[in-house]
Amino acid sequence: MSTATHKLLKGATGDWEMVIGMEIHAQVTSNSKLFSGASTTFGGEPNSHVSLVDAAMPGMLPVINEECVRQAVRTGLGLNAKINLRSVFDRKNYFYPDSPQGYQISQYKSPIVGEGEVVVELDGGKTAIIGIERLHLEQDAGKLLHDQSPTMSFVDLNRCGVALMEIVSKPDIRDAEQAKAYVTKLRSILRYLGTCDGDMEKGSLRADVNVSVRKPGGPLGTRCEIKNMNSITFIGQAIEYEARRQIEILEDGGEIGQETRLYDPNKGETRSMRSKEEAHDYRYFPDPDLLPLEFSQEFVDELKTELPELPDQKKTRFVADFGLSAYDASVLVAERESAVFYETVLDKLANRARDGKMAANWVINELFGRLNKEGRDITDSPVNAEQLAAIIDLIGEGTISGKIAKDLFEIVWQEGGDPRALVESRGMKQVTDLSAIEKVVDDIIAANPDKAAQVKDKPQSLGWFVGQVMKASAGKANPQSVNDLLKSKLGV
Amino acid sequence: MTDLTSLTLAEARKGLADKTFTSLELTDAHLSAIEAARVLNAFVMETPDRARDMAKAVDEKIAKGEGGPLAGIPLGIKDLFATKGVRTTACSKILGNFVPTYESTVTSQLWRDGAVMLGKLNNDEFAMGSANETSCFGPVGNPWRREGSNTTLVPGGSSGGSASAVAALLCMGATATDTGGSIRQPAAFTATVGIKPTYGRCSRWGIVAFASSLDQAGPIARSVRDAAMLLRSMAGHDPKDTTSVDIAVPDYEAAIGKSVKGKKIGIPREYRLDGMPAEIEKLWSEGATWLRSAGAELVEVSLPHTKYALPAYYIVAPAEASSNLARYDGVRYGLREQGKNIIELYENTRAEGFGAEVRRRVMIGTYVLSAGYYDAYYLRAQKVRTLIKKDFEDCFARGVDAILTPATPSAAFGIGEKGGADPVEMYLNDIFTVTVNMAGLPGIAVPAGKDAQGLPLGLQLIGRPFEEETLFSLGEVIEQAAGRFTPARWW
Repeated sequence: MSTATHKLLKGATGDWEMVIGMEIHAQVTSNSKLFSGASTTFGGEPNSHVSLVDAAMPGMLPVINEECVRQAVRTGLGLNAKINLRSVFDRKNYFYPDSPQGYQISQYKSPIVGEGEVVVELDGGKTAIIGIERLHLEQDAGKLLHDQSPTMSFVDLNRCGVALMEIVSKPDIRDAEQAKAYVTKLRSILRYLGTCDGDMEKGSLRADVNVSVRKPGGPLGTRCEIKNMNSITFIGQAIEYEARRQIEILEDGGEIGQETRLYDPNKGETRSMRSKEEAHDYRYFPDPDLLPLEFSQEFVDELKTELPELPDQKKTRFVADFGLSAYDASVLVAERESAVFYETVLDKLANRARDGKMAANWVINELFGRLNKEGRDITDSPVNAEQLAAIIDLIGEGTISGKIAKDLFEIVWQEGGDPRALVESRGMKQVTDLSAIEKVVDDIIAANPDKAAQVKDKPQSLGWFVGQVMKASAGKANPQSVNDLLKSKLGV
Repeated sequence: MTDLTSLTLAEARKGLADKTFTSLELTDAHLSAIEAARVLNAFVMETPDRARDMAKAVDEKIAKGEGGPLAGIPLGIKDLFATKGVRTTACSKILGNFVPTYESTVTSQLWRDGAVMLGKLNNDEFAMGSANETSCFGPVGNPWRREGSNTTLVPGGSSGGSASAVAALLCMGATATDTGGSIRQPAAFTATVGIKPTYGRCSRWGIVAFASSLDQAGPIARSVRDAAMLLRSMAGHDPKDTTSVDIAVPDYEAAIGKSVKGKKIGIPREYRLDGMPAEIEKLWSEGATWLRSAGAELVEVSLPHTKYALPAYYIVAPAEASSNLARYDGVRYGLREQGKNIIELYENTRAEGFGAEVRRRVMIGTYVLSAGYYDAYYLRAQKVRTLIKKDFEDCFARGVDAILTPATPSAAFGIGEKGGADPVEMYLNDIFTVTVNMAGLPGIAVPAGKDAQGLPLGLQLIGRPFEEETLFSLGEVIEQAAGRFTPARWW
């Protein structure tokens, strides 16, 4: 593992270093909300998934959804983090119509998950380790609808009370690339675990990014928080912009005011939302409606045994078992769906040990390449894992050449069908019958006596003969046999 | 036939079982009494049609021998309990004409056991008060008056409507809630029996919250036995309230008449206040004598942190209340006072909807939770709370079964007489009762005598967690010795 060197920003007074920390809000995958039985289904009619508890009717009480607790513990385990057997729910008090209780139930002083770490992949095969400060459970808010009436705003409480995991990183991130890689990796881990769908467009994953700048190795600067980012690209852009904004102020002799800012992707700039002085006093205190959340080490251990293989473990296994390069392995494991596809191909292969690496090359180069070209997703690939495995089997067993395989791949992509049957019906089989190949070789040599005579002096012209034979056999001749035959007959 | 309203619950149960009278007759007798006693302002909502329907239905069940433990017994319900289809306001303007679509767990258990609802009872707004003077429906009159006086007295609070209605024979029993003394103090002021069970014994689901870590439901009744019968139906574990405790509910009535021989009763020296009326002092030692005569052993005990209980309570309770009452914002239900923007809507609604005492407590609570003050107030109050709890634990660890104290530092007072200039004067009413809420223990108030002006006074017994049975046994000893007290009817 090589450690990353990060990007510094050049200013008028020299280099500046960014110090970045992130708070990621990940919506917990669960059927019902954190403290009520209402459904978490996305996209229902406004206020169709609202219980009496969610609407904060008088006398209603929260009851913890144990599945959300399990999901938080699973996530903690996936982040190699300390699981706290006792944690406390607090009330974060503020008035807003999307929060019917007048407070959000969150975890303030005693979160369910403590310190952990995430290894992130950077360009050039480098990695960086980003520390996790904590993970806690909290309620999501509802949504205000401002476009329903000219004089009033309406509120949709469907999302209100849905469980969120707030995952707080340490200020270990040093540039925009690391920040993007961190979100990407975290999302990947959550998806592997099945604890959050990671869909940033639907708002299932949102990030608050804290940015400050300093002279390399110098004391920490004052930070600004960029709120509610829901795109990895925008996160990168916002960090770059914000860091440059701060450097400009500092180099002009100014000071950074601690504040909350919003990123405007259209203008590509961050704007002040509220200053520290305008910050809310949330009056946190332990929620007296809920007992401290306590569970046993056995509960945690059991969840640990049920944990799926995570990207880092998968990557190590792919490298060890199939001789994949670290880079190829990380490409395959980056998205759970890609890894699943590759592993399905492996399952279908006749000889996994022999062809595992070839399969990786095919998935990455041919399949991903083709998918990218058409802007399609792996889950929507016209060539399925079974078909791709059959193509690789055909290469591995010598029935078709790699070149023919590419043609076959194209046919399967366009028309579908069983690759083995297609090879048969379209006569794509590689000719391994030596006498048949020999006849072609003899014919070509006989037709080109001058060139044959030159081969001894110019061995590189052997390639011309190979090409001619392959062309005459429509690519089906076994290239190795062709080579061997030509060499012996031409006396090279 | 004697007036059906003068029966105890236990007597009524026998009459119903023997078919001496029907639930409808019993219910009608109480409905008439309610109508005749409107001057007391105990009920804020009468539900005669529903009461008769419930009574008829339960009469059919009784006829088939299917009546539950409270079959046919007409009760009053404190307006803090959500009642499905019946306006529930916590006696606050801010809830307006709020009609719940749900029934509180406690009341649903009463209906399950065959009880009949007569209506909703007055209380201090959001249960904040000790005289039932903060209700948006106006004060409640105590059926008791000073001898030779026409001054209307308060019934105590916050369950003033419950206590007044039970004492005036308008219902056979009532639900109540107790956050700092709101069951026991009004019971003492009206010569009724009130028990605040152990925290977690009754579900809080569907009860408008005041201070979640202190609130507990309990009954106000005409006798110790009646209170035991009611609590049995009200108590029990509820998965919808995670602070409710999963312990089987005993047959509390079986504790009535059980020997108290050998029970060790603690007399806490810190409850002997300077300037305490001599008659309360006298009553207290009388109570001790009665228990000793019944075979109990009296010991002096110390609860050293008692003097910090009231100040700590007036930090913890408002802190929780300030947050619990945040939901009354004019957005989804209840009163809405429009404004130019959402902040103004909040401000206008809450300024108009909350009474002065509620506003005061919301402000105190907001203050003590604020950044920079949290450690000095809220955190310190929680530490005091732990010490108070430990005082009791130490006491129980030395073998004490229950602690005997006065229920209140005085008898009932006149409407408007107290707390006008200084709210602390009113807060001092709870001096003997708040410790019990802070420690989450059960406490019962039993009528024990009268003061020189003929007003009832009560004694309080504090028990170990979930040992309400001991309180019922001891309470009945006091009841037997002191006799029962009924106010002369003036309304």
